[in-house]
Amino acid sequence: MNLFSGIGDFSFFFVRSLFVPWHLKTTRDRIVHQIYYIGIGSLPIIVVIAIFTGLVSTVQTSYQIIGTVPRYILGSTLARMVMIELGPILTALMVSGRCASSMAAEIGTMRVTEQIDALETMAINPYRFLNLPRIIGTFVALPILTVIAEFVAIACGAAYAHFFLEIPFDVFNYGITHYFFARDFFGGLVKSVFFAFVIAASGCYFGFTVQGGAKEVGKAATLAVVTASILILVFDFLIALVIFG
Amino acid sequence: MIDVRNLSKKFDSLVVLDNVSFTVGDAQLVVILGPSGTGKTILLKSILGLSPVDGGEVIFDGISIQKAQEHELYNIRKNIGFVFQGTALFDSMDVVDNIALPLCEHTSISRREIANKVVKILHIIGMSGRGKLYPRSLSGGMKRLVAVGRALALDPKYLFYDEPTTGLDPIMRERVVQLIIELKKKYGKSGIVVTHDLETAKAVGDEIYMLKKGKIGKLTHVGKEVYNG
Repeated sequence: MNLFSGIGDFSFFFVRSLFVPWHLKTTRDRIVHQIYYIGIGSLPIIVVIAIFTGLVSTVQTSYQIIGTVPRYILGSTLARMVMIELGPILTALMVSGRCASSMAAEIGTMRVTEQIDALETMAINPYRFLNLPRIIGTFVALPILTVIAEFVAIACGAAYAHFFLEIPFDVFNYGITHYFFARDFFGGLVKSVFFAFVIAASGCYFGFTVQGGAKEVGKAATLAVVTASILILVFDFLIALVIFG
Repeated sequence: MIDVRNLSKKFDSLVVLDNVSFTVGDAQLVVILGPSGTGKTILLKSILGLSPVDGGEVIFDGISIQKAQEHELYNIRKNIGFVFQGTALFDSMDVVDNIALPLCEHTSISRREIANKVVKILHIIGMSGRGKLYPRSLSGGMKRLVAVGRALALDPKYLFYDEPTTGLDPIMRERVVQLIIELKKKYGKSGIVVTHDLETAKAVGDEIYMLKKGKIGKLTHVGKEVYNG
């Protein structure tokens, strides 16, 4: 596939899915289901990832800076690192691996078993029925998951610093609050919103455009995750340039 | 009335439909007969606007499918029930939800009224008491019946059947054939039946056409020799 026509198709697909006419009455339940599946369903793995992110970041940051700068700097460094970069990107990559693949596999299976054609024959717009709830669901769930991940990571970092590095909670907290910039927190949230669109669009697009059978559905699931992961990194850089550059 | 006018379609050099024309009148079942792989399903999907054509047009009660806007197309499709060869039932929904889906999407009637309609449809298709089963628990014949039930949900004027009896045992085949006949006689459903089965064609068809090598022709007599001509 030509790269530029592929980007065009992908963008057109996303816009068509997002701006399709819809009614709250017929779509609400499907949106709620997707928020639950993506949000609550991803929560355990996100918490586990956040715990270890907080611990590892604290260990390695303390290794680099303790002894050269005041100890409260560990709190500010960890918090800013987590809010600006680690929280949004690790959450997005985990949700991408879990949800983009399942979206592509589910929609792809519906494509090859003519269930999407069946929706068309029933005058049900498949862009509205299948894609829109997944896009909105990811859009709502991912930023919330990101904030939870950031909180857990920073809390675990503070606990590690308190119990193993002899940095009291109030000193660690002083570092976080003294060097807190709203731009760090909201910049990370802006990233997670873009990542949400990327994840949902990749999952839906590669599922929707499957042609063939089981083998092609498997390929679509893989392509969805790979594409979403690459686009997450690309957008991470572009948004970093705009907000923090 | 459905008026199919000079439909043409080809894949590369393979001509699938070559100036195909026929008409489906009110309360009339037209059968498109033909060997497997001749493009019968493509014809059915082209008539519905699901598959683009290279030429010709289909007029549904005065509106051209090929010239219709998306919302007009959807309005036309509300008057057509489509029974897929592979049934295309939603495997994440039980029988009741499969049948109720078009009603939930296109009507503003209450959940109780929808439930009553679904019960009535289950009775018509002979599946009363099996509404809570999922498609994976159903036999091929039962899935076919549920697919007919789902197609009936919006009380469409036309029903399209794609190979409705293929792969069924003789008893289930007869049940499906009788259901198709009943829907026409009792409920006035017109439509198109695509099949390669001569017995089904003879049993349900008011008019029978043969599709072969892209060309269509009306049959006055149906026998095994039609496949050899």
